[in-house]
Amino acid sequence: MSAPAIRTEGLTKRFRSGQVAVDGIDLVVPRGAVYGFLGPNGSGKTTTIRMLLGLVRPTAGAAWLLDEPMPKEGGSVLPRVGALVEGPAFHPYLSGRANLVRLDACDATAEAGTSRTRIDTALERVGLTAAAKKPYRQYSLGMKQRLGLAAALLRPRELLVLDEPTNGLDPQGTREVRHLIRELSAEGTTVMVSSHLLSEIEQVCSHIGIMGRGKLLAQAEREALESDDDVRVAVTTTPDHVAEAAQVLEALGLLDVRVDGVELHARLGETPPESVSAALVRAGVDLVGLDVRRRSLEQLFVELTGEGFDVAR
Amino acid sequence: MSHARGSFGRQLRSDLRLLFGRPRTIALLAGLAAVPLLLAIVLFVAQNSGMAGQGPGFIGRVTGNGLFLVIAALFLCLPFLLPLTVGITAGDAIAGEAQTGTLRYLLTLPSSRSRLLASKALASLAFAMAAVLLIAAVALASGGAFFGLTDMTLLSGSTVGLAEGMGRMFGVALYVALSLTGLVAVGLFFSTLTEVPVGAMAATTIVAVVSSVLDTLPQLAAIHPYLLTHHWFDFAEFLRVEVNWSVLGSGMLVQLGWVAIFLSLAWGRFTTADVTS
Repeated sequence: MSAPAIRTEGLTKRFRSGQVAVDGIDLVVPRGAVYGFLGPNGSGKTTTIRMLLGLVRPTAGAAWLLDEPMPKEGGSVLPRVGALVEGPAFHPYLSGRANLVRLDACDATAEAGTSRTRIDTALERVGLTAAAKKPYRQYSLGMKQRLGLAAALLRPRELLVLDEPTNGLDPQGTREVRHLIRELSAEGTTVMVSSHLLSEIEQVCSHIGIMGRGKLLAQAEREALESDDDVRVAVTTTPDHVAEAAQVLEALGLLDVRVDGVELHARLGETPPESVSAALVRAGVDLVGLDVRRRSLEQLFVELTGEGFDVAR
Repeated sequence: MSHARGSFGRQLRSDLRLLFGRPRTIALLAGLAAVPLLLAIVLFVAQNSGMAGQGPGFIGRVTGNGLFLVIAALFLCLPFLLPLTVGITAGDAIAGEAQTGTLRYLLTLPSSRSRLLASKALASLAFAMAAVLLIAAVALASGGAFFGLTDMTLLSGSTVGLAEGMGRMFGVALYVALSLTGLVAVGLFFSTLTEVPVGAMAATTIVAVVSSVLDTLPQLAAIHPYLLTHHWFDFAEFLRVEVNWSVLGSGMLVQLGWVAIFLSLAWGRFTTADVTS
């Protein structure tokens, strides 16, 4: 197997204010993956991305992009990496196209001869051809976001790092970005896409990493995170039958049986849900309620980050 | 690296286009160009009144020979207007890109930090040169139009031909332009310290003003020769029969010192700073 597109070891950033923005994270983004980098606002996603791209120096730990150490090899790696960092940023009085011309001219490794065709292709790809000559300051938020994506696509990329690409987009725009990510991924580009809104990107992700308070709380393939062995069952019974019910659940092979008043919680594991009710009834347990909960990514996200989608700090 | 790929020249041209295509830059240059024109009009209108011939020597000479308008206009702009406009452009060089957020995109292209700083330094220097040469050119044109250009009478009273007079005025302009290089470097350094361009602009202008003030305090005579602005008005050398090049040389040497110190500081700061804008 080839080396991961992104890898970090104990990556840490402590700002001069003493705030630890990123706290020893070990990211692994396999080649070809669409990696959803999730976390509430302020959880350290953007600082991590800035360290990956060499904009911010890590306090400790190390990062590799496309198997080259960053920021040391930035000059040779970054041409193969397209990035959107903390929203688009362009010169307001230049047109969208002039802004791309400017960026391409400053790219130490871009070929001048192919500049025009590459810019046209990128504009077309994000649907901005018609508005290319308008000054950037007249762009809507959605158009600005698209121009940012066009800048990231000025050259063929092996890796795209997209920080909140759907921020400020309407549902239609969000769908288009997802479509674009799918398309790029199908072409073989590895994509790391961050968002504080799980629902906007979860459908396109093959892998998911969840950040909270500077730490990487979970990281796995999406299927693994929402897999069946995380289905939980909640049994409500009467006070007299709690102990008995717990014995039945354990005998059935359920995991992590937990008693909470008259409610019992357990992870189903391999046990089919219907066998739980049958076993309880057979044992003579009064069954007041039975609830099977498949843990969604959303629940996992809220469980891990605690604050839901609010600002972490 | 082959030249077909993004050469340094391509980036520099882009920075120059960005700077000189910007409405603010054009407004600054237009304002500076207006100084010799206004001065010519004022002197022309006042030349037959009781005010004629007042002011510093060479301003009085303008009505006799338009060539002197070059030196008069630069003399008026050098204490404040030129430092202000140079402060605005050099102070904005990095901080302006940081404020609009474009800096992070330039650096991830990638454009190496040293290369970006070098390109910005040259563009800021180009503005200083353009500003001074524009003042000189407008002064020459309006001086010629209002008062005519004739042989030039030097400080000693001896006269040189028109061609040599124009050559000497070009020398004045070149010396003034090169005298601003130290200030460009100072502005560039301040520009790497902040994401607020106005702060860097103000700080740069203040350095020039403070330097001029310190230059007037006799108690500080020991440090005067090393002050950024101390040699700025030595361009008067070009009005002597025998130009003393060592005077001009020491002025340039001081500028070189300021450039070396502040470019190093700017480079040290910019190549290690966290870009969080």
